[in-house]
Amino acid sequence: MRFIFKTDYRQDIRLAKHPGHVFWYSALVLLLLAAPWLFAEYWLAQLTFVLIYAIAGLGLMLLAGFTGLFSLGHAAFLGVGAYAQAVLTNAGWPFPIALACAAGLSAAMGLVVGLPALRVKGIYLGMATLSFGFIIEEVFARWESVTGGNAGMHIKAPSMFGWTVSSGEAFYFLCLGITVAATLGLLNLLRAPTGRAFVAIRDSEISAQSMGIHLARYKTLSFALSAALAGIAGALYAHKLQFISPEQFNILQSIDLLLMIVIGGLGSVHGVFLGAIFLITMPQAISMVKDYLPAVIGQAPGLQAAVYGLVLIGFVLFEPMGLYGRWLKIRAYLQLFPFYRKGMFKRQKSFQKSDRLK
Amino acid sequence: MQFLQLMISGVSQGCIYGLIALGFVLIYKGTETVSFAQGELMMLGAFGGLACMTLMGFPFWLAILSAIAGMALFGMALERAVIRPILGQPAFSIVMLTIGVGYTARGLITMIPGIGTETYVLPVPYKDEIWTFGTLVVNVEQFVIIAATAVLCALLFVLFKYSKLGIAMQASSQNQLAAYYMGIPVQRLNGLVWGLAAAVAAIAGLLLAPITFVHANMGFIGLKAFPAAVVGGFSSLPGAIVGGLVIGLVESFSGFYLPDGFKDVAAYVVVLIMLMVKPSGLFGEKLRKKV
Repeated sequence: MRFIFKTDYRQDIRLAKHPGHVFWYSALVLLLLAAPWLFAEYWLAQLTFVLIYAIAGLGLMLLAGFTGLFSLGHAAFLGVGAYAQAVLTNAGWPFPIALACAAGLSAAMGLVVGLPALRVKGIYLGMATLSFGFIIEEVFARWESVTGGNAGMHIKAPSMFGWTVSSGEAFYFLCLGITVAATLGLLNLLRAPTGRAFVAIRDSEISAQSMGIHLARYKTLSFALSAALAGIAGALYAHKLQFISPEQFNILQSIDLLLMIVIGGLGSVHGVFLGAIFLITMPQAISMVKDYLPAVIGQAPGLQAAVYGLVLIGFVLFEPMGLYGRWLKIRAYLQLFPFYRKGMFKRQKSFQKSDRLK
Repeated sequence: MQFLQLMISGVSQGCIYGLIALGFVLIYKGTETVSFAQGELMMLGAFGGLACMTLMGFPFWLAILSAIAGMALFGMALERAVIRPILGQPAFSIVMLTIGVGYTARGLITMIPGIGTETYVLPVPYKDEIWTFGTLVVNVEQFVIIAATAVLCALLFVLFKYSKLGIAMQASSQNQLAAYYMGIPVQRLNGLVWGLAAAVAAIAGLLLAPITFVHANMGFIGLKAFPAAVVGGFSSLPGAIVGGLVIGLVESFSGFYLPDGFKDVAAYVVVLIMLMVKPSGLFGEKLRKKV
């Protein structure tokens, strides 16, 4: 058990709370830096996807986990970023400028979608974002002169200032750098007044408002930041796949993103990464055990959907804090051994509170 | 004539949306949760009807009734197994949970060897019959949808207006805690609400099946029923049907008069406009907490 004696106000907002953090996160960074030499090419590609999804997840986590606004159409922002990046890169723009434009365009879209969020909330907001997602998907499919329609479009490798990122390793480092920057940026935002305001809005709009938080401003800001992160992820996604088409950004992708942050653990930055690892490794794990299952189950086409659904149900029922919550429990168990009690993390029983009365 | 023709097809499609939306609204009113599995329940209902008719060889009416009753039981079992344990948790948990239920249902149906990946025609007695009034051509299937929806609405209206059960449901939808203090068994009622919603979904599935065929992905139409529920006001039963009709008509007309592609997004454009202009919907109740 570790006791931290706080002797300084700055200790409260320090990112690394104790030397253990410094040690373990440095070790993680070293491992990630060494990854191209440690893992086979296939697994490195999967790791790149984990990083890309983690960036999108950071965006959605900021919106859903920290501001309490749920978006059922986040794949649309991913798509806006991806198509903007594809069009600009193919027009010969250097990577950083194209990426900034993709993020900016996505953020502008986020502002527009955030506007209904000022008037509606809960399920209505879900509907608004869902509708937006469908409309954007249709735009991608129909605006053939720009997006190539349902046939999709190819995208060139990212290049900047005479240097072209062509190998998988180089692209991995690019993604790693952007992910680290996004994560640190989000952590920094969350300990700043803006992030505190987001969390206050999540916990209670009325009390946040009475503390002087401008709801409209912070909600749209949250939408814009979240969309910008999704746009960056989309741009990287387009570069990674080298080919994009509208159905990559449909409702199922949006639900996958939500599933990722719910399974990872709503309201924790760790959860984003755990969820991204889960989302990427799950299909691999399923296809690995497929051969050992009887053919009736193993070869059935719906296996993946059924497993996803069951895992989601299981997490919502038994582990509402997600994978990160499970880790917190294990850590508490180890730290308190042998004094851990079963009821320590028990959910409070509560009556349904009505959303309808504002 | 063309106008009338488009209108009839719009109304019949709208009735399907309305029926699925009715399921959302029933659950939302009763338990204040949103079920994303409604489309999949509809799909299960259609498959249930198919199984009763072809595999077990039931006569038509018996098959329909047993499919509806089976889905009602399934809905109650679902509520007991997965929804009740997390009652009182944030609404979003339940949304994710029902998304999970939908995924699982779709996956499991697809996994049934030889059946799940195929497309079927539901053998109904009125299949492919056509009535002609002058130059107007009406599919009997469309007529059956409209008539069945009207009857169902009347039944639900009577249930909620005059029966003790319906009034208890209204009470628990307005305030669960107060209803509980009044001696209403809120938990059992929630189970009944889910059963009712699943039964309505099954009816929608059975009505839709002759037109679109039975397949594992037919539940995606449930995503079009959300706009219907929102346009009508999420907490109003007649609103759900009216919203469904609005969406159905808009879709039907925009498919004909507007360029390609508008048909698929018309519903969502309408719902976005609705949310901007009048978030509580056409018939939504406006509740305010008074201090």
